[in-house]
Amino acid sequence: MEPRPPESTRIGVDEWVASAAGRTSGHAGAFGLLRRLVDRVPDPARLAIFVAAAALVPVLTSDQYVLRVGFDTLIFALLAIGLNVVVGLAGLLDLGYVAFFGFGAYAYAILSSDHYGLHWPAEASVPVIVVATAIVGLLLGLSSWRLLGDYLAIVTLFFLQAFVVITTNGNDVSFLGFGGSTDLTGGPNGIPGLDPFTIFGLEIDSERGYFYLALVAASIVTAILYLAVRSRTGRAWQAVREDPLAAQLMGMPVNRLKLLAFAFGAGIAGLTGSIQSALSAGVFPDNYDVPLLITVYAMLILGGVGSLSGAILGAIVVNVSLEVLRDANQARWLFLFAILITLVAKVRPWPKLVAVLGGLVGFGYAMHAIVAATWPAGTKGEPAGGDAIGRAIQSWLIHPSHSALEIGNYAFVILLLAVLGLTLVRGVWRTVALVPTIYLAAFVWENRLIATVEAQAATRFLVLGALLIVLMAARPQGLLGSSRVEIV
Amino acid sequence: MTSKVLLELRGVSKRFGGLTVIDRLDLVVNEGEVVSVIGPNGAGKTTVFNLVTGVYPPDAGDLLLDGQSIAGLAPHRISTLGVARTFQTLRLFLNMTVKENVMAAAYGHTRANVFQSILRTPAARREERAIQALAEEKLAFFGQRLMGYRWDQPAYSLSYANRRRLEIARATAAKPRILLLDEPAAGMNPVETHEMSELIARLRDEGGYTILVIEHDMHVVEGISDRVVALDHGIKIAEGSFEQVATDGRVVEAYLGLRTAETK
Repeated sequence: MEPRPPESTRIGVDEWVASAAGRTSGHAGAFGLLRRLVDRVPDPARLAIFVAAAALVPVLTSDQYVLRVGFDTLIFALLAIGLNVVVGLAGLLDLGYVAFFGFGAYAYAILSSDHYGLHWPAEASVPVIVVATAIVGLLLGLSSWRLLGDYLAIVTLFFLQAFVVITTNGNDVSFLGFGGSTDLTGGPNGIPGLDPFTIFGLEIDSERGYFYLALVAASIVTAILYLAVRSRTGRAWQAVREDPLAAQLMGMPVNRLKLLAFAFGAGIAGLTGSIQSALSAGVFPDNYDVPLLITVYAMLILGGVGSLSGAILGAIVVNVSLEVLRDANQARWLFLFAILITLVAKVRPWPKLVAVLGGLVGFGYAMHAIVAATWPAGTKGEPAGGDAIGRAIQSWLIHPSHSALEIGNYAFVILLLAVLGLTLVRGVWRTVALVPTIYLAAFVWENRLIATVEAQAATRFLVLGALLIVLMAARPQGLLGSSRVEIV
Repeated sequence: MTSKVLLELRGVSKRFGGLTVIDRLDLVVNEGEVVSVIGPNGAGKTTVFNLVTGVYPPDAGDLLLDGQSIAGLAPHRISTLGVARTFQTLRLFLNMTVKENVMAAAYGHTRANVFQSILRTPAARREERAIQALAEEKLAFFGQRLMGYRWDQPAYSLSYANRRRLEIARATAAKPRILLLDEPAAGMNPVETHEMSELIARLRDEGGYTILVIEHDMHVVEGISDRVVALDHGIKIAEGSFEQVATDGRVVEAYLGLRTAETK
């Protein structure tokens, strides 16, 4: 018999299990609510709801920009769920993943453009591309037989760099000096003028058409992976991730399973590459480099490594956030909304919250009045974007009409120090210090971060980085991931 | 106990660099037998398990499973031929559920490939149902301990003793002919240790498994063993019934030192 259990647990029931119900219901806040809502829906219904909702987008809008963002998001979702097979299921740290995406794109460009005068229809080229990319994936996967963890990461990253170098210089290649030289990849200029995606005589020629194409591809791949995970092979992949030696001693051919995972991930990336390049109508080496890799990894990690729906959600959150942040007015909404949500979620009890919000309003108008009296130019700035909320905020926030960027730079440094200071003080002083810190953050936001178009471009990624840091600190397993135990 | 030989080690040696860990070891396990391997720390007991399961190939000698040589085969091949084991330091698939842990071990004797699984062909469905039933049956062997709500709990949520039980359940799901248990009672309290002894007896009598077990707890060894083999520095120093081995002068010396042996 186990040692006498505490009063609260029943005899014969582990304490962990006894408290399981309490723990799941105990998830407080927005994440817990989201999690419980998602948990309640059965998996196939989840996919159906997602597809139906996504299919409505082109019905509701014919805005080319919105459809293009939707298409890109679906492409990212495809990449993330493909990467999830290698990283999330089989546990292999593959940093060469986007090279397969590029390989698929280049393969489509070579098979369906004026480059070699080949104009294969999609029903012929896509199967060839998927199989060819899977084989390349298999070859790279061979390195995982001997290399694990960091070492595998380095070798696969090298593969990605080799891919970029080869495509950049592939406009003058020869086979060991025989047969003259040929222009394989178009070099740094890439291959332009790709055929539109044509499948069984149906030519896809609109943003709307490509959106539906990507949606169909994403749904099929999601369904395939859903079924693959819940099978003998899916369980074996996870066993290899958890403990390769134990898996092998339980009869699983570990090396073969690793290759299969690499081939699966690569095949999905190849398919995605062919679709994406068809809409872009051109392929360029720079599009398949480390920045894309990091974006896809960020999506997967944010959504929850190992979770299929998490990977899709991660792609949506990251890509839509990046697009929303493009526009100063939308970015301002997001900023104010994020601060408000954080305050409501984190500042308790509510009288304290009211005090902070009230203090913030009062502090702002007081500062505005002081500056307006002492330095009139200090409040005459024009808001970026300039919608209603942007103008409304002008009577509250200091916004100099000149030298705003320089002041903003200094304020940025002071803001960083202030945030650091905020983490060091405790109790009532933290609440008091919170008010000027938020005001300073708003000042930096308006006067530096979204003040110019160039600044806005950088701010998108800055904010995304901050978002990732905050989310990962709050929920290390990702939005829909389940918490992992490494060593017990 | 003069039934058919299931596992035989013939003059097996293993060296790590200059250190000979196993030196010309001969060992026979008959079908339906429980054989215990004892010996002080570092005697080479776990290395014997690693050699039998193919973690390392032997440097010399041969290993035979039912008359067929398994020396130098890959571990997963040896597993499908009928050898399954547990680990001294538990090696469960911690982030998979209890039931998935057991189902995963059915890989070696199931056939559906990934494309059949994705298409959910009738054969694949049938096999999947069989794997489910197998896992449930193997878990039911442990009474209520690994049943019901525990099936869907992650393995890391189990208590230590239940993890040891789950490892045994997982090993049996590989449909082995011989089961290698590496210190099954390590870290357990007296009641759990007693339960483990009974479980090993049930595995032999009801499950029909042949069992090779490493164990330090002499009460367990006494209770379960048909035969006992004592190792020291990679050399077999005694073999026979528990009584014979426990009173053997060299075994006492290996455990307690020379002077103690002399004063006996």
